[in-house]
Amino acid sequence: MPHATPETRLALRRQFGLDKSKLAQYGIYLRQLAHGNLGVSFANSQPVWSNLRSATLNTLPMVALGTIFAIVFGTLTGVVAAWRRGTVVEGATVSSALAFYSMPTHWLGLMLVILFTGVLPTGGMSNDFLLNPTWWEHLKDVLSHMALPSLTLGLVLYGEYTLIARSAMLETLGEDYVLTARAKGLKPWAIVRRHALPNALLPIVTLVALSLGYIVAGAILIETVFSWPGVGRAVYDAVLQRDYPMLQGAFLLLTISVVVCNLVADLLYFKLDPRISA
Amino acid sequence: MSVVLQEPGLVEEVAPVRSRRGLVWQTIRRRPSAALGVAILVVVGLAALLAPWVAPYGLHDQVGPVFGHPSRAHPLGLDDGGIDMVTLLMWGARISLVVGFAATAVSMLIGGTVGLLSGYFGGATDTILMRITDYFLVIPDVPLMIVVAAIWGPSLFHIVIVIGILLWTGTARVIRAQVKSVRERVYVKRARALGAGHARIVLRHVLPQVAPLLIANTVLTVAVAVFDETALSFLGLGDPSRISLGKVIENAFQRAAISSGAWWAIVPPGALVALVILGCSLVGQALEDALNPRLRVAHLGARTFRLRPLVGRGGAL
Repeated sequence: MPHATPETRLALRRQFGLDKSKLAQYGIYLRQLAHGNLGVSFANSQPVWSNLRSATLNTLPMVALGTIFAIVFGTLTGVVAAWRRGTVVEGATVSSALAFYSMPTHWLGLMLVILFTGVLPTGGMSNDFLLNPTWWEHLKDVLSHMALPSLTLGLVLYGEYTLIARSAMLETLGEDYVLTARAKGLKPWAIVRRHALPNALLPIVTLVALSLGYIVAGAILIETVFSWPGVGRAVYDAVLQRDYPMLQGAFLLLTISVVVCNLVADLLYFKLDPRISA
Repeated sequence: MSVVLQEPGLVEEVAPVRSRRGLVWQTIRRRPSAALGVAILVVVGLAALLAPWVAPYGLHDQVGPVFGHPSRAHPLGLDDGGIDMVTLLMWGARISLVVGFAATAVSMLIGGTVGLLSGYFGGATDTILMRITDYFLVIPDVPLMIVVAAIWGPSLFHIVIVIGILLWTGTARVIRAQVKSVRERVYVKRARALGAGHARIVLRHVLPQVAPLLIANTVLTVAVAVFDETALSFLGLGDPSRISLGKVIENAFQRAAISSGAWWAIVPPGALVALVILGCSLVGQALEDALNPRLRVAHLGARTFRLRPLVGRGGAL
């Protein structure tokens, strides 16, 4: 408020409780938090909770699509690469995975924008000029807007997951029981499916679950490139506008999601590995 | 701490060598990927180091039209200010690498110290330091970096500190694990029996044993630091007076290089960042494989596959 009168300033400070001491403010924050109240955004005077909820609802489908893509293709190519060890297939898989792993996320997004301009929408979440779209048209519109951001996320994670899956699979294929299975004369596919893959899935599942926590942490760069109105964008805007209640709320959300995913990873490990069942 | 590119079985077969240094060289020789990584880093490093002398044009000289096409005089074209892209890339790599290494130095100093103290003293020290590490570990670092960088204001120094104080957790944990095993070795006990103080034992007997691992970790952390710098610059939080590779990408993006069809202003800087990260990953990976004894024990399971958190961590996506 550059040109506000002193009275307005005072009123605003009082309205947001900024006239109290830091400690008192923190006390109020904690007490309200216990009641599920995250406060009111400085920027748009809406409850932080509703801001965050709409942002999260925008982020989740985009992130989920990309992550599923990465999990399916990453695991698949990783397993194939390990299985076809020493062949051109493996070389190509590992090089491409490493390349995607090394690329700066936002740059990869921009590359996709260059490649797909005119084919797919490169910004925003829906076409505002669609008049009275039917439910189906709206879905198609949102999905086409989601394609590029999801693909960017998917490709970056794909690199990571492929390398994880390959290492896990290679390690399992080197185990004695795989040798035994081979000596029994089992078909290669049966060895992979029955003996190697279930064991290799252990570290894969754990790591993927762990990384999910950080993905929910908001796809800041992707959302900036594609103007996607999600959590990452909300954090970034909140920083620029010094919207502290929003930031506090967003960080709480991010940290909780990381902790929850860690917990899920641990629980999955218990579930998948009978050796460490408690 | 990172993707294992080599099957564990092969690492075990490495013949015993006399010295650690020998081991490092042997690893690099045996693995073409490591040699490739070294080559990339040397070439980029030299170009960055020698930028003031070998860059074809001045960093601030407008030598042609805005977004001039690639030509013989300007192999990668011109940027939005008519500045030669090759020149920009060399100077940009210089700043990016400086930030990368300086931030890594900060994080190594913190991570190394915490790891050493925690692993060596154990007990309450260990508990407290590890709880602090856990605390830093769950903070999504890119959002926090954005907050701190935005509040402190844009400057190269701030960027270095911000990245440095958020990247040390992985190092601290790796070093701690290693120190815990070194501490129990006979020669350390012998030194203690001879009356050596803590400082002497740590500096003369423990540190040299974990130093190579620290170096491997350093190389891997440089990749993350370079990535983070690019991300921060892209979000407009970089130092406006210093041209880093992230800044070059940001400028091209902000000034509509894409809609002008000037792909040459935006493709090469990102590709260069990717190359640096690739080089660091390959080298660091090879070093860690060769030096980290835990990676050679096949049944240690998931620990082997822990990824150096380049993108997954911190929501930099």
